Amino acid sequence: CLIPLGVSAQQVNVTGRVTDSTNGEPVPGVTIVIAGTPTGTITSIDGTYSINANVGDILQFSFIGYDTERRNVSADATVVNVVMQPSVFGVDEVVVIGYGQIRKSDATGSVNVIGADDFNRGPITTPQGLITGRIPGVMVTQGSGAPGSGSTIRIRGGSSLSASNDPLIVIDGFPVDNSGVEGLANPLSTINPNDIESMTVLKDASATAIYGSRASNGVIIITTKRGTQDGLNINYTGNVSVGRLVKYHDVFDGNEFRDLIADRVANHGMDPVALTRLGQANTDWQDEIYRTAVSTDHNVSFYGRYNDIPFRASIGHTIENGILKESSLSRTTLAVTANPSFFDDQLRVTINLKGMDIHNNFSNQDAISSAFQFDPSQPIRNDNTRYGGYFTWIELAQADQLNGNPINIATHNPMARLAYRDDQSDVQSAIGNIQFDYAVPFLEGLRANLNMGMEVSEGEGNNNTDPRASWSLREPSFNVQSYRGTRKNQLLDFYLNYVTEVGDHRFDATAGYGWQYFYRSGSSRNRSWEMGDDGEYIGAGSRAYKNENYLVSFFGRLNYAFMDRYLVTATLRNDGSSRFGKDNRWGLFPAFAFAWKINEESFLENADSLSELKMRFGYGVTGQQDIGTNYYPYIPIYRESEQGAYYRFGDTYYSTLRPNPYDANLKWEETTTYNLGLDFGFLNNRIQGSVDVYHRETVDLISNVPIAAGTNFSNYLTTNVGSLENQGIEIDLNYRAISRLDLRWSIGANFSANRNEITSLSNLDTEDAGVGYPLGGISGGTGNTVMWNRVGQAANTFFLFQQVYDTNGMPIEGLYVDKTGEGGNVAGNNDNKYFMGTPTPDFLIGISSDLKYRNWDFSFAGRLSIGNEVYNNNWSDRAIYQELYNQSGYLSNIPKAVQRTNFTNAQYWSSVYLEDASFFRMDHITLGYSFERLLTERLSGRVTASVQNAFVITDYSGLDPEVSGGIDNNIYPRPRTFMLGVNVNF
Amino acid sequence: CINDLDVEPIDPNEATATNVFSDELSYKRALARVYATYAISGQRGGGGGLPDIEGIDEGFGNYLRLYWNLQQLPTDETVMAWDDASIKDFHWHTWSPNDVFIGAMYSRIFYAITLANEFIRTSEDAMGSATGDFLEDLRLYQAESRFLRAFSYWHAIDMFGNVSFVTDEDPIGAFFPQRITRADLFDYVEQELIDLEGDLAAPGTNEYARVDRVAAWMLLSKLYLNAEVYIGEAKYTEALTYLNKVINEGGYSIDPNYIRMFRVDNDQSPEIIFPISFNAQNTQQYGGMTFITNASRGGNMLPNGVGAWGGIRAIKELVEIFGFNESDFTTEDPVFNAREDHRAQFFFDPESWSWEVENVGLFTHGIGVYKFTNLRSDGEPDPMAEGDFASTDFPMFRLGDAYLMYAEAVLRGGQGGSRAIALQLVNELRDRAFGNTNHRITDSELTLDFILDERARELYWEAHRRTDLIRFGKLTGGDYIWTWKGNVPEGRSTGAFRDLYPIPVNDLDTNPNLIQNTGYSN
Repeated sequence: CLIPLGVSAQQVNVTGRVTDSTNGEPVPGVTIVIAGTPTGTITSIDGTYSINANVGDILQFSFIGYDTERRNVSADATVVNVVMQPSVFGVDEVVVIGYGQIRKSDATGSVNVIGADDFNRGPITTPQGLITGRIPGVMVTQGSGAPGSGSTIRIRGGSSLSASNDPLIVIDGFPVDNSGVEGLANPLSTINPNDIESMTVLKDASATAIYGSRASNGVIIITTKRGTQDGLNINYTGNVSVGRLVKYHDVFDGNEFRDLIADRVANHGMDPVALTRLGQANTDWQDEIYRTAVSTDHNVSFYGRYNDIPFRASIGHTIENGILKESSLSRTTLAVTANPSFFDDQLRVTINLKGMDIHNNFSNQDAISSAFQFDPSQPIRNDNTRYGGYFTWIELAQADQLNGNPINIATHNPMARLAYRDDQSDVQSAIGNIQFDYAVPFLEGLRANLNMGMEVSEGEGNNNTDPRASWSLREPSFNVQSYRGTRKNQLLDFYLNYVTEVGDHRFDATAGYGWQYFYRSGSSRNRSWEMGDDGEYIGAGSRAYKNENYLVSFFGRLNYAFMDRYLVTATLRNDGSSRFGKDNRWGLFPAFAFAWKINEESFLENADSLSELKMRFGYGVTGQQDIGTNYYPYIPIYRESEQGAYYRFGDTYYSTLRPNPYDANLKWEETTTYNLGLDFGFLNNRIQGSVDVYHRETVDLISNVPIAAGTNFSNYLTTNVGSLENQGIEIDLNYRAISRLDLRWSIGANFSANRNEITSLSNLDTEDAGVGYPLGGISGGTGNTVMWNRVGQAANTFFLFQQVYDTNGMPIEGLYVDKTGEGGNVAGNNDNKYFMGTPTPDFLIGISSDLKYRNWDFSFAGRLSIGNEVYNNNWSDRAIYQELYNQSGYLSNIPKAVQRTNFTNAQYWSSVYLEDASFFRMDHITLGYSFERLLTERLSGRVTASVQNAFVITDYSGLDPEVSGGIDNNIYPRPRTFMLGVNVNF
Repeated sequence: CINDLDVEPIDPNEATATNVFSDELSYKRALARVYATYAISGQRGGGGGLPDIEGIDEGFGNYLRLYWNLQQLPTDETVMAWDDASIKDFHWHTWSPNDVFIGAMYSRIFYAITLANEFIRTSEDAMGSATGDFLEDLRLYQAESRFLRAFSYWHAIDMFGNVSFVTDEDPIGAFFPQRITRADLFDYVEQELIDLEGDLAAPGTNEYARVDRVAAWMLLSKLYLNAEVYIGEAKYTEALTYLNKVINEGGYSIDPNYIRMFRVDNDQSPEIIFPISFNAQNTQQYGGMTFITNASRGGNMLPNGVGAWGGIRAIKELVEIFGFNESDFTTEDPVFNAREDHRAQFFFDPESWSWEVENVGLFTHGIGVYKFTNLRSDGEPDPMAEGDFASTDFPMFRLGDAYLMYAEAVLRGGQGGSRAIALQLVNELRDRAFGNTNHRITDSELTLDFILDERARELYWEAHRRTDLIRFGKLTGGDYIWTWKGNVPEGRSTGAFRDLYPIPVNDLDTNPNLIQNTGYSN
């Protein structure tokens, strides 16, 4: 690892003292190395040092908790005293905004930056995991505990009803396509979190408006790590982690189950046939399907400078094993970045290339609900030959109870679920862009920037069901399935940027053009295992799709600063989307922001304790056109029917032609945001933070809503209807409580609250706001829903009957509050339902702490969510006695939670199932030890031990109170993970 | 690059309205879709996908399944065990205007009407330049789509009364259709059928599963037979006019094998005038016949070629109309092999079933029905068998119904028929039912009460019962009480306003021209 620099240089002895900028005290233990060489020393107890170096060398001063300093070695200045600045929370770093960058102190919008130091730690395989709980107003909910599973990211609640509420994600200047390719659980997993330098979240419209068309739900800008100015460095990061299930559902064991069935038959009128179906075993099905999973992660990066070109190359390999048996993800990532410059730095080029190869084994998640429900009195295996020995429920009427026909609607053996389904995929993805930034020579301050990029993903997979599987008989022609898909996303951006200062006036103007193209295609095949006489597989079928869309934009932005004190930003973007017809295609999105650095004013000149005080006001309009998979919603289109949906005339089955619903007048959904913010810092920024309040209103919602019967080719239409409001407050606080030489402690906290309300759902000009429409489908029955969208309520509000309780506090089955007072069958009248809260928390508080003592560090981060309601669908669907025995002849286990209600029949709309699922989750606790110069001069690093998902405090009765969407079904549980990690620099 | 924004679908399975009708076959495929709307729920078979209507599960939102449920569940013939949304409200007569199934039925009816309207426009446009056989085909296609529109409007008259009114004159987009009264809609459908009748294929000359003139005559007969309910005016004479045509000029004949009409090979039956066609491999659907056959099997009932979902069964009132009682069934002979009326296809095992429905949610409380199966009439399995899917077609109109309608129209005073012929037709059906002539009725036994019971025996579970009970004034009110009617085990009187279903709140909400039916709030 030795890059020889100049030869026969003049050697000098450099001495000096290193002190702390905050208190002037000496700093011992600072590492001083000659950049690019293994040569170095450290400061002694009084902060002094001495080192021999060549003239022209660069000395690099580094110590944990401080910003690294560099000094040139010259012959005439051999005494080099250095004042080290403690690393602070990014006071004055440059933040990347759309099409350019800006000093954070000059930002006029609501912008949060999280750098590598502040990222969450632990076995994190996705970028969003790095910032969970770290930024006020940003809610990240991991979908499930499955390896590589995706997350829902919501910035300041959702601004849309039916259209996408996902933020725009921009990776190194490249806005990526949020729709993942087939076989990829999570589109963001294309990027290795170890390659990420920082993540910037743009929240208000004045910040996001430059991304106009796709910025209504905020923007997350990911910047990856780059090369450095010195020689070649090597970093290795690796960890091994162990995941374990935290909690099982409390269900009856074999003996309890036999007693329960006996009691139900004897005393509660259960069909006595049930007794004859009981087995003699005691099987803990949940215990059988899960495992302790060991995962590993290795990353090596090479970075530095080669032939004057800063570069970085990294390779990562992750094997993540899930706690559900068989489930795993294996991922290899590659990232290369180089920043050559030409013509005396007039032309700077950035090249980014990232590649990824993923192999997923999804296992069979149906095993999770099967294990929850399967009769514990049955053995895993009996002596059948038809089902590979796995115990299977056989139809009552079959004489052969081992190998007869299965009960199709019965629960299927959880272990057979795992053994007999093979669901795997392979995905390759590459994203690359090249950016030219040219300082136009004849006009100082003018730059031209060209950015061209492409993202390509290819996925393929199979999903096969073994013919021995008891459920394989239901749709045999889908037992062998394969699929593949392709995504392409091409980008071309060009802009001019001109910066000039005239006296106290500073102008920074940008104008540009953007073009982006999205292409998606895919196909799937299915067949049975059986071959017909004609040599064709029986039931063979195939499907394919292909679509594309374009976005074309013109944008401009002016930043104006007066006396570096009054800052103004004005933005205008004109967006064209191919998803709308000619007359409605273009949307104009203006934004304006003003900021005032109050602490720069003379009247605060003497307020020494005040380090920063800035007021911000922003207004802006953003657009929305991402309405999911309908890329031609304004064009009348006919759709062919696939096999299985043919219709017979005579002796021929015809593929039919169906007109799809369309709205020729569909146009942009528009969100207007007002944001008022205050950034502050006290005591040399030891206390630092910000407060933002905002009001957001979305009109012309692109909603999929019921329409007047007979007017279009469906009962619902994607059209511009209704409006929605969000308002909220966000507070971010960071406090460096202790900032001593050997002991540092910083605490961070953030708070956010958001209120959402639907203000219109109709284009009708009537007083009657309308009843709205149902949503929030549950398991149990078919087509049942527990939420409703209605004017005056928040989106996704639960809509249930108010349970009536007896004097002992037990709910009375089927008895609800008669809200309408109409009497009769209360449960037969939806008007008796109440609106009862939403899955969104009222308040969200993130806390984190970093403690450093000499070489040791200890940190944790957690989240408090208050007022998030969860509908326990596991209980409402299963914790009822009727589920114990189905007349077709099979038994099912039920949760012991049935004793909380003693309900016999399903009462899906009882408020008893809606719970306040407020929680505190300790996301991670990490203990680390850093070392310098281990074995060799150059070897430094850090070892860590951490626990992820350490604990959860909640009153919620289910397994996990954090439920994306608020309806708790059997999801793949999130494991608790213990990790040992090492990070080494050479 | 701005021109990039002008896109056209690139998916080979999609075409724009301007280029889809590139050949003659495409018109037939679009017509097939108008028919298929009664059978399938979207453009993808199997588990579904690409649904026609939203807000409801695809299987549930199937036209035939909704129609069947809304016609059967509120009556003395059927009870449902499941907990799907408000499905039990139908048996209890407690449905409300925001009922998801009622909303979906209404949506389905108007979806069918809108599809037909579009096809009428499309075929009209094509006729301008078409010649020869193709022009003849187009005329036939258009007449059939007009018939299907009238057929769905008849459902609207029967179930909802005063509804939205759209024809091929109305655009596709977002507007508020006018409300039409039940009486005006009656006039419209009547006139349409009289107009188009001659354009339909001559009796017996069309392809299987497409309608001919006889279907229009049958639908006119049904309109007239129920005219007293629909418009408060008796039109039994007009009913007999068209029933005479159906019976004498239709070319259809009574199937000597009653059970074949409800089996996989019912496409061979000479009696079915208008089938809704299903096929386990080509026309797959979790609604439709897959629902009727699977949901009617459960407990220890015999295999019927599909799965056992355990949902719908008969209550004792239906079985007692056959003159049976609990003791006729034994564990050894749960299908009562000694019965003489072979239309009775019941299953009752006294050991594990309960004659009384104490719990609506328990499938084995009640009497199993195996009238509809996915077996062939010889008991052999469906040669196209595929999982739980059914290949049996649904007999929407059949000649046996026309025979009983004839007798009823005569008994209700219609001119143009005779008691003698009525008696002969009724006895023809009874001869088939019993396999001998020993159970013929006499002229004095031919009464309206007898007709209502005979319709239950002949046509139970064929989605006629609600309409029949209303015509006899017995669906609501206290004249006729059955188990759990009114949501009490012994049954009780219910409000007469429930003879009509409410206008769904979604449509009231989205169309200010509509008015709720009397008796319903909202």
